[in-house]
Amino acid sequence: MANGSTTADGVTPTPMEREPLVLNKRSYNWITERICGVVEGPQPLLWWVLFLPSVALMGLLLFGLVYLIVTGVGVWGNNHPVGWGWAITNFVFWIGIGHAGTLISAILFLTRQRWRTSINRASEAMTLFAVMCAGIFPGVHVGRFWMVWFLAPVPNANGIWQNFKSALLWDVFAVSTYFTVSVIFWYLGLVPDLATLRDRAKGVIRKFLYGVFALGWRGSNRHWNHYEMAYLLLAALSTPLVLSVHSVVSFDFATSTVPGWHTTIFPPYFVAGAIFGGFAMVLTLMIPARRIYNLYDLITPKHIDNMAKIICFTGSIVGYAYLMELFIAWYGGNKYEMAAFANRAYAGYYPWAYWCMMFCNVVAPQVFWFKWCRYNIVVVMCVCMCVNIGMWFERFVIIVTSIAQDWLPGAWDVYKASWVEKITFAGTFGLFLGLFLLFIRFLPVIAMSEVKGVLPQSDPHYKEPDTDGAKSNA
Amino acid sequence: MIYGYLCEFPSASALYHAAEKVRDAGFRRWDVHTPFPIHGMNEAMGLKRSILPWFVFFGGATGTLTAFGMQYFTQVALYPTIVQAKPTNIFTVPAFFPVMFELTILFAAFASLFGCLALMGLPRLNHPLFTSKNFKKFSDDGFLMSVERRDEKFDREKTRAFLEEIGASNIELIEDAGSA
Repeated sequence: MANGSTTADGVTPTPMEREPLVLNKRSYNWITERICGVVEGPQPLLWWVLFLPSVALMGLLLFGLVYLIVTGVGVWGNNHPVGWGWAITNFVFWIGIGHAGTLISAILFLTRQRWRTSINRASEAMTLFAVMCAGIFPGVHVGRFWMVWFLAPVPNANGIWQNFKSALLWDVFAVSTYFTVSVIFWYLGLVPDLATLRDRAKGVIRKFLYGVFALGWRGSNRHWNHYEMAYLLLAALSTPLVLSVHSVVSFDFATSTVPGWHTTIFPPYFVAGAIFGGFAMVLTLMIPARRIYNLYDLITPKHIDNMAKIICFTGSIVGYAYLMELFIAWYGGNKYEMAAFANRAYAGYYPWAYWCMMFCNVVAPQVFWFKWCRYNIVVVMCVCMCVNIGMWFERFVIIVTSIAQDWLPGAWDVYKASWVEKITFAGTFGLFLGLFLLFIRFLPVIAMSEVKGVLPQSDPHYKEPDTDGAKSNA
Repeated sequence: MIYGYLCEFPSASALYHAAEKVRDAGFRRWDVHTPFPIHGMNEAMGLKRSILPWFVFFGGATGTLTAFGMQYFTQVALYPTIVQAKPTNIFTVPAFFPVMFELTILFAAFASLFGCLALMGLPRLNHPLFTSKNFKKFSDDGFLMSVERRDEKFDREKTRAFLEEIGASNIELIEDAGSA
């Protein structure tokens, strides 16, 4: 470490103060009380104000799905050129949001970004719920829902197996692996915190349930030894996994021959977009949660600043990809490709969607170059909302504009979503938010054991400061 | 029947230095219980590096082979289906890479979860230490140490004196009701 070292000229530079990860020099017990308090105390009114509409939306989702399954896929607005309308748009949108959680928990862990500890738990939970929302759409858009087992590697009645050369089957493996590994990673991280809840539980039911799920955790260092290794390995496994999932999702498009889909830039472009959209959704959820549960000392302005920088960076990659797509369409000299992009930008049915995407994803996040914007909660929330909307439109633009007008003008048709698609999509927000609120209600929203581990006094070589005033404000 | 002693230290740093002393005194069946993993504690306790990576390596290799076997057997050997004019033979294998990759990760992740649980001996919902009220502190802000009676160096009087000497407080004798 450079701290306190002396250069060749005999100069000892003053070490720069790091911004503390937890403000106000909080103690271990304060962290336990504050985070367990969210689970143990009654929920604020706002929790119910959000939860009840979420349940209502979940009902709408259920209705939309049942109506679709009992009637047939004709209740959606899909038509002949546009077989992949809102359903696949929503699928890619949700799966993209599901990328931030594992990015924060795995990639930021491997790169030793210690600020991740305050946000990783909630973003991993968000990942799981987003992937659940995503999983609904490919399942039901096949039409005959009772045939959904065709997705699994099981031969049909004629002994014919799934086509393993198909990107769609790769996608099934990628998404289901991603979900399973995310659950394992999340649960393993939860175990020490579940033990905290177990040790504090008052009621019989709580004692029993937290007790069972905590697996009898004893905080033993002989266990931590294996546990930390498992966590490291899972992080190392999840890192290529998270990059692979959206790459495989992009193969669904890139391996086809449709103009506008058939591009090699798709995998990195989709991954950057997924991280971009995922971080925006993390902030969309964490900024209100931080306010409602008074977590200001744990989720500090520095955390929001860091995430805003990542949004700015990945947003710029996405912007670069948009421009590169346009450039290659022109430079490649393929008239179908050029027509696809002309349709997106001005000539087609949906240029408004393209420009909405451009503004929300490319222009809006550029304000994060300014520190003032990154530290202003209102600006951050507005940009995140733009990104949430923009990322949905990105998928809509890619999917719908490309197939509504492909090779043959005679086959072109405008696609409009029906009311059933709209309520189903709205319903997934209810499912997402409802599950997230239940998560806040029953599980520790911040990884206590990890946050405790990054406090300065957790270092075994830590020396108590001599000043008497240091502990008085704890 | 006695399980052993449970005692407490005031901070992560105190526990770390106490652990070094217990290690040097030659104890083998003892442990520390902390709210978070203390950096360097494995060395302070004289623990070896976890062997979990081997479990995970073989888990991952099993995944790769499973995916390759499943795809090659069903696509090439059992029922070759020619889709989009793509051949089904040994040269088809690159198309199998995505699923091979995913199953490698999946199996390795399961191996790290179950391997970790097996190495830790969890789930184990009952343990003599849970009878102590003081033990609950470990999951909040306590830095605890336990020394088992089964340790060869354990002596009811001497071990207690030793723990006091290295700065332990709240030294408590834990009963083991289960294995009496």
